[in-house]
Amino acid sequence: MKHLFSGAIAAFVMANAAQAADVMRMAVTTSFNNSGLADVLLPEIAKDLNLDVQLLVVGTGQAIKLGEAGDVDAILVHSRSAEEAFVEGGYGSHRTEIMYNDFVFIGPKDDPAGIQDAEAATAALAAISNAQASFVSRGDDSGTHKKELSLWAEAGLDVAGFGGWYNAVGAGMGAALNTASGMPAYIMSDRASWLNFGNKGELALLYAGDPVLFNQYAYLPVNSEMHDHVKNDLALKLEGWLTSDRAKALINNYKINGETLFVFNAKEAE
Amino acid sequence: MVDIWSGITQAFWLVLTLDAELFEIAGRSLYVTLTALAIACLISLPLAALIAVKRFRARRLVIAVLNALMGLPPVVVGLIVYVILSRSGPLGVLGVLFTPAAMIIAQVIIIVPLITSIAHQSIRDLWQEYHDLLISLNVTQSQKIRTLLWDSRRALLTAALAGFGRGIGEVGAIMIVGGNIDHATRVLTTAIALETGKGEFALALALGFVLIGLAVAVNLAIHWLGQTEREGRW
Repeated sequence: MKHLFSGAIAAFVMANAAQAADVMRMAVTTSFNNSGLADVLLPEIAKDLNLDVQLLVVGTGQAIKLGEAGDVDAILVHSRSAEEAFVEGGYGSHRTEIMYNDFVFIGPKDDPAGIQDAEAATAALAAISNAQASFVSRGDDSGTHKKELSLWAEAGLDVAGFGGWYNAVGAGMGAALNTASGMPAYIMSDRASWLNFGNKGELALLYAGDPVLFNQYAYLPVNSEMHDHVKNDLALKLEGWLTSDRAKALINNYKINGETLFVFNAKEAE
Repeated sequence: MVDIWSGITQAFWLVLTLDAELFEIAGRSLYVTLTALAIACLISLPLAALIAVKRFRARRLVIAVLNALMGLPPVVVGLIVYVILSRSGPLGVLGVLFTPAAMIIAQVIIIVPLITSIAHQSIRDLWQEYHDLLISLNVTQSQKIRTLLWDSRRALLTAALAGFGRGIGEVGAIMIVGGNIDHATRVLTTAIALETGKGEFALALALGFVLIGLAVAVNLAIHWLGQTEREGRW
């Protein structure tokens, strides 16, 4: 029995190694994948570099964990402080900014808290808090969640003291949007996930445009000194492609319903 | 209700047009769960018979633990298997994390207690019936086990099908150890979770109906092959 079992494992390991020569794993955030941009970029990467990028779609917290353990070759996330800690800890060799999109506030169409004409993102949050209007938080330690928490703090509000109107669902962007749609409740989402979301129901985009809502994505190859099995050469090859003019054109021209989602801002790799 | 109806029609069209992606993930679902089932049966059935015929000190404890493990939360199994197979874990050198092999390992762990417990129940009943006969024939332990397994094969089939059901519909563990990677480890259940996350309820439901259909088809096929439920055969 034991032989059969370990034999089966060995067979799988070999079958795995025998796959196409260039395969790498990258952990990305749910918001990046839900935006649909991955479906545009990956086929082009496969064509240009003959590189099959396998995506693990997780929250930023888990993505960083996977990178630290050496289970992926690179990560593409959007939480600056966590990224810098990742590089400082020696888990990533460096951090390269690729592009940004922005966060938007979604809420019930009739806008009970009146955030539509708020002067700033923090003012909009204060209005929601004053009205005790239902609010759905990701609550999953993702980049979006961390951003939301920092905005509450900037507005001078303490999340821990919130009442029953504040719902931390501990789920990905799509699942959280589903919850908000069902309640209906206010929620902070990245623009791309919102535009691609198929179950909008009573929800509408109510507030956007404050510069603090910009959301920078960065690419971090996992440090090969830490984990000698990671495919650092492939990760660097991908980085070169992601910072190239080719990626720039694809990213800047990606639109949903005529709206640009991401703005490319990478500097050519030196 | 609109979603359910459009889910049904979408499922119908996906199957009718032989959608390549659907067949890929459905095939992977079957491959993972059937392989896990085969391995689990090889472990569970002899183990169940052994527990039934052999008297040893910790027997009650083993039975109780197996029964309790039937309710093992898949997400916990997934997490444990992940930690073990992770590159920084003890079996990281195998490099099987985020491959179908890792998913099979997790499912084996999930369904072994279930199959063993159900199989043990029926083998024990049969053993009470056969006890005097087999003892008087003075057969060896392994002959006892083989006789019991063969004569309770119909009940063991039910145990295996219960294991199949638990495996094919499982999402928590394979999401963690498989990673739901497109064209590598995406199966029906993780695809359903993904489409639900995107708010694409109709497509998610369509995949759900395909999953239910698949489970029914496999059960029917096994019953047909085993020629059960026929007059005079049961």
